[in-house]
Amino acid sequence: MSVRTLPLLFLNLGGEMLYILDQRLRAQNIPGDKARKVLNDIISTMFNRKFMEELFKPQELYSKKALRTVYDRLAHASIMRLNQASMDKLYDLMTMAFKYQVLLCPRPKDVLLVTFNHLDAIKGFIQDSPTILHQVDETFQQLTEIYGGLSAGEFQLIRQTLLIFFQDLHIRVSIFLKDKVQNSNGRFVLPVSGPLPWGTKVPGLVRTFNNKGEEVRKVEFKHGGSYVAAPKEGSFELYGDRVLKLGTNMYSVNRPMETHMSGASENLAAQTQESIAPNPLAKEELNLLARLIGGMEIKKPSGPEPGFRLNLFTTDEEEEQAALTRPEELFYEVINIQATQDQQTNEELARIMGEFEILDQPRRSASKGDDLLAMMDEL
Amino acid sequence: MFRRERSIPLRGSAAALCNNLSVLQLPVRNLTHFGVVHGPSAQLLSAAPEGVPLAQRQLQAKEGAGVSPPLITQVHWCVLPFRVLLVLTSHRGIQMYESDGSVMVYWHALDAGDASLVQAVFARGIAASGHFICVGMWSGRVLVFDIPAKGPNIVLSEELAGHQTPITDIATEPAQGQLDCKPLENRDCVADMVTADDSGLLCVWQSGPEFKLLTRIPGFGVPCPSVQLWQGTVAAGYGNGQVRLYEASTGTLHVQIDAHARAICALDLAPEVGKLLSAAEDTFVHIWQLSRSPEGGYIEVEHCHGECVPDTQVCGARFCDPSGSSFAVTGYDLAEILRFSSM
Repeated sequence: MSVRTLPLLFLNLGGEMLYILDQRLRAQNIPGDKARKVLNDIISTMFNRKFMEELFKPQELYSKKALRTVYDRLAHASIMRLNQASMDKLYDLMTMAFKYQVLLCPRPKDVLLVTFNHLDAIKGFIQDSPTILHQVDETFQQLTEIYGGLSAGEFQLIRQTLLIFFQDLHIRVSIFLKDKVQNSNGRFVLPVSGPLPWGTKVPGLVRTFNNKGEEVRKVEFKHGGSYVAAPKEGSFELYGDRVLKLGTNMYSVNRPMETHMSGASENLAAQTQESIAPNPLAKEELNLLARLIGGMEIKKPSGPEPGFRLNLFTTDEEEEQAALTRPEELFYEVINIQATQDQQTNEELARIMGEFEILDQPRRSASKGDDLLAMMDEL
Repeated sequence: MFRRERSIPLRGSAAALCNNLSVLQLPVRNLTHFGVVHGPSAQLLSAAPEGVPLAQRQLQAKEGAGVSPPLITQVHWCVLPFRVLLVLTSHRGIQMYESDGSVMVYWHALDAGDASLVQAVFARGIAASGHFICVGMWSGRVLVFDIPAKGPNIVLSEELAGHQTPITDIATEPAQGQLDCKPLENRDCVADMVTADDSGLLCVWQSGPEFKLLTRIPGFGVPCPSVQLWQGTVAAGYGNGQVRLYEASTGTLHVQIDAHARAICALDLAPEVGKLLSAAEDTFVHIWQLSRSPEGGYIEVEHCHGECVPDTQVCGARFCDPSGSSFAVTGYDLAEILRFSSM
């Protein structure tokens, strides 16, 4: 499919991740300066120039497994820690939100406006950090350069590629169920009313022309929906009214964040197909992944700043319960990179791999803060 | 008026592609074959008249170099004078099978040589024209394969140049409806194939030992994902929800319908009765009656019926019988084929 899809997928999922983390940080009453540090660290890692360079290279989409590994890394780019259950839930919310946004985009090109909505909000999180702001603006420029000139056909291919990536994901999200944008069977509501895509006329007219191009007949028909023409086109400039609401922060009010696991996945056969990907391919993908994550400059926590654990659930008990009851077909297998080290002969690759840390092992302490954290983990 | 009939379950959900449903009607055997693309696999199944599924088979895209398993772009039955072949296009090449999918008779690997790093390489757009099968490419080229009456001795006979952007769909004049363009026009030109691409450009061809380009109908900034050809009239569905009908030989626009609120994903024809079906991502399927006006002989269109498939981004739709009194629909993420028949 389209080889231009990864940056859009990554940036939009990253944007959703930040919305959710921001809301949870506030809900958990994490002190303002700590919360800001977490968001700043994650955002600056996301928009790191070397990382963006790798990301923007034309390439096929990674598997869900591989992409999840990238976000695991990203979520731990700061002093914040997430347990497996919370990380799973975070990823569920992120993916369903972006799936919804892609599905409801009126025009395929509108996925760019959704991306800009995410970037606009990200800039709001880091208003007081000019360096990071500059990084985000640079990414904006890159997006405009690469996607600004793409045709409607190329955007249609990108949209199809994204939808294939999200195929068969039907996790029910409370906030979507409440807003009636998702049905109880996990499928999204597709409204047959509202504003049309920019460039589409209100359905219902049949016009007939003669050989000279003169209109000879005009007949209306009942099309079944209740649409209105779009008021104006969203702006693709650095600053501007995007018009589209998709991709803006739906968590800004205190909204429920539950997800429902039971009956969430259909087509078990289709799901397991993904997890038994043949090994030769996994190695190639691993190389790409290593290059991508290798470009992430994860800051080691400096100074006596103690870390903290963020919980995506309301209580610790809930989090534990969620870990125990997660349906098998929804296990996100994070790639265990160290285990495959023996397959790698490339020195450079081995060096980057050496920098990876397996998530469930205590980190090698580089500061007092880490020592404290390691002790906490062992409790 | 149409009513919902019993759905046919699929092993895997339908992928968000255009023209993602192929139907082979076999009225003599009281059977209907359905073909749907899931992703790296396609599912074929046969059903009895009431929609009772009888047999099913899954076909995989043939592997090749690359990181991820190749995705299928389209599956389509090609009805030729002496045989029926099933054609499957993917990001690696073109696979042709006997009509039940049991035996692969031909494999053509795509040559990505000319593609730049940023271009996706794939085959898409499949149609039978006489004893030829035409398949479109990402480059805009259309490959013409010469198919023998039986056996695997399939030969690539020609490569048509006419498009610069990826082919989306190809349509040919149904065998029964083969007519000259217009009674008063030059009888030498017989437009019997139309190709469409991502830029909305349509090319009208005359088939033969060498295909001849007759007309070009320019696009207007949106893709044309689906196209049909009936009695010298091109019906084209566009990414902005419009259906347009043109005189094939001249490219003159005769009918413009603001038919859908989202991109059109499929068009189908019931040639015996002149019915056209349009389906789009707006969840609607519309059925239209085509006819020629008594004065002037222009093509005219009348809306017959509209059906909403709630909360479903339709990706494929086909008539299931020659009289156009029943049709089937596939939707993104949906693991069933929905069926409708008129009451």
